[in-house]
Amino acid sequence: MLLTSIYVMLGLALVLGALLGIAALLFKVEGDPLVARIDAILPQTQCGQCGYPGCKPYATAIANGEADINQCPPGGDAGVHALADLLGVEYKPLNAEHGLPKPKSVAFIDEATCIGCTLCIQACPVDAILGAAKHMHTIIASECTGCELCLAPCPVDCISMEPLAETPDNWKWKYPVFPIKALPANSGKVSS
Amino acid sequence: MNNIIQFASKLIKNLTTNTANDVHKFHGGVHPDGHKYESTTRPIAQLPIPETLTLPLRQHVGYIPKLKVKVGDYVLKGEMLAEAEGTVSAAIHAPTSGTITAIEEAVIPHPSGLPDMCVTLTPDGKDQWKPLTPIDWKNTAHSELISSLRTSGIVGLGGATFPTHIKLRKDGSSAIHTLIINAAECEPYITCDDMLMRERADQIIQGVAIAQHLLGAAKVAIGIEDNKPEATHAMTTASQALANACVTTVPTLYPSGDARRLIHLLLGVEVPHHKRATEVGIQVFNVATVLAIYRYFTFGEPSVSRIVTVTGNVASPQNFEVLLGTPMPLLMAAAGGAKPDTTHFVMGGPMMGFDLPSLDVPVTKAANCIIAASPALFAPPPPAQPCIRCTRCADACPVNLQPQELYWFAKSDNFEKARDYNLFDCIECGCCTYVCPSNIPLVQYYRYAKSEIIALDKAQEAADLARERNDFRLARIEREKLERAQKHAERAASAKSNEPKPELAEAEKATSNPDAVEAKKAAIAAAIERAKALKLAAASNNAAKTGSEQPAQDESSAHKTEPSAAEAKPDATTTVANEAQAKTDKKALIAAAIERAKAQKLAAAQNGDAPKNTENLSAKVKAEIDEIEAIRTKAQQMVKNKVPD
Repeated sequence: MLLTSIYVMLGLALVLGALLGIAALLFKVEGDPLVARIDAILPQTQCGQCGYPGCKPYATAIANGEADINQCPPGGDAGVHALADLLGVEYKPLNAEHGLPKPKSVAFIDEATCIGCTLCIQACPVDAILGAAKHMHTIIASECTGCELCLAPCPVDCISMEPLAETPDNWKWKYPVFPIKALPANSGKVSS
Repeated sequence: MNNIIQFASKLIKNLTTNTANDVHKFHGGVHPDGHKYESTTRPIAQLPIPETLTLPLRQHVGYIPKLKVKVGDYVLKGEMLAEAEGTVSAAIHAPTSGTITAIEEAVIPHPSGLPDMCVTLTPDGKDQWKPLTPIDWKNTAHSELISSLRTSGIVGLGGATFPTHIKLRKDGSSAIHTLIINAAECEPYITCDDMLMRERADQIIQGVAIAQHLLGAAKVAIGIEDNKPEATHAMTTASQALANACVTTVPTLYPSGDARRLIHLLLGVEVPHHKRATEVGIQVFNVATVLAIYRYFTFGEPSVSRIVTVTGNVASPQNFEVLLGTPMPLLMAAAGGAKPDTTHFVMGGPMMGFDLPSLDVPVTKAANCIIAASPALFAPPPPAQPCIRCTRCADACPVNLQPQELYWFAKSDNFEKARDYNLFDCIECGCCTYVCPSNIPLVQYYRYAKSEIIALDKAQEAADLARERNDFRLARIEREKLERAQKHAERAASAKSNEPKPELAEAEKATSNPDAVEAKKAAIAAAIERAKALKLAAASNNAAKTGSEQPAQDESSAHKTEPSAAEAKPDATTTVANEAQAKTDKKALIAAAIERAKAQKLAAAQNGDAPKNTENLSAKVKAEIDEIEAIRTKAQQMVKNKVPD
């Protein structure tokens, strides 16, 4: 009786083990799904402010426990919260060492000053700069992530960051706030 | 889907057989005070041509049209100023003849109060039409009519301003069986459609006939709220000219003028929330829109004017037919002027409209009603109290949403949850705010949440695009590196093949052969052979180096001797020894490689300074190499000169 049950258990263990093994081979997940999920939260500015050469490397570093979750200024507080939720860790405020969040900007090339050196084109992580050697360059504003990586290599400092202006297109309804009315200075004396 | 259509067709059959008063009530709704009487006592008045007209390019839903004029151009009435660009877009026309005096940013009637691009036209007072070409719509192809309508600038005049030509085109997805004419005008104060029906019912019905023809709809249902008996009478009389048209009075209940609510009222069909009405074979048009369609096809007149209700705190509330771009102060003056206690102006109705940033804005295609607001008419709302979860808002919601839940989510920035609760089905009708006993401005919270979600979605889209572009860039850099390496390898191979080696002479001949493919093949073959030779050499070197690399070998042998000494734990030490062996092997290999390189350098130095692979190069490259060599020798000399110091 005892032996039978042991055999049954052994048999079950073998069969299930084999099944699990086959499943592990059949449904093998390529790449690290955690990295992809972290990468999906990161803002993809590819600015490198976190100390890694792009969002994917930073995501990998977070997944491996090498980097902290509060190193991404463009992601802002909301990004840190989302990462904390995903990884099940405590929220911590942004690390000021890596910079502070700024309003979304796009690079702007002063086309009169540009000498056509192509250095900014090589620096742009998303190929958002159009131009050729000894010809004027220009930013494709809709593709620019505002990473500021093109500022440093420019030998003539012709690139500046322009904050995105508010237009009727991107205007947002504001959170309902109720104006606090200023009462006259002597209103405190009036009894209600 | 099929069930719905069958259900709909059954109901349509009912509609035509039953009396007109058979309506299907929708959930919720409120009964705000109508205030329609004030502005319906006088007929529609024509406003004189103003001194300047300001035409914002953003007058409709969709893409901004492309400007076709420049400052100083003289235009005739009805001439196109900007043409539709992209699918969802509409053209802008000159409302009268005159000169373009400015194209610049000006404040537009938009809740943001932000400036936008506007064209300023100074009329010459002649009001001269461009040559107009009426269209024989009965005998013209459908596609031609639609492309012609695209240049008409006609948009939905009920307030939504959706380009009309898109609603009339046949995209082949589903056939329209019912055309609904929205004449409910449920919002308080607004009477422009009411007055239009009273005065121009015949023209409206002719417009309905055109729209019906374009859509191929079998039935037409005209829905009018029962607070407009004159309009209903006029429309019923006029609609007798049209077969299959039926005027139905719907009970006065806000928001029965919402397209989906009206479809429900007239047909009893609930359009699924993720579908459009067209997908279940129903299309809805506003009365003013079909009138504009009629005027365009019959007279060739594009959209240059509209009817605006001016009401509220003014001396004589009235409807005016005004040219688009007319400054609103002029409109106010025509209605007797705003009374002194007016605090602000509302565009649209009191339920769904918005406060104008200032009265100094022009009339646009969306401007159906301007209300002068005073504290007596619109008392400032008392301060909001906490939500008591009475769910009156849910009872009033015509879309069957849970406004109190949406409020919690919007208030706490829990946008994903708000989206899950179908925030985007909210029509912002304001019923919930109207009934809220705590005076919470619920719709403001929904608008806030909606625009935040839209902004987040846009940001996510941009991030996805950036990720894609970054991935592509990295892949491209990798690919270019590989290509460069391959090119280098090929060049090196072809250069080496020039060396006078007997077995490679043939390969050399092949490279000089004009047939490039042959040359490549030969080069690759040569490279493979060389690699094989190298491997062989490495193997023989391995055998030889054991003697030459004495110190490394000593170390490893020292390690090797250890296991023999300590035989108690052989497993661990042998692995250590193996690792050590691998290390020393690597070291030996590197050392051998360095030695080989040194030997090569020596040989090169003995043979002369020039590198070996420069024989078969073009004169230009040779000159360049010479130049570089000259610089190099110069630098070497400088270093030599410096060393004695």
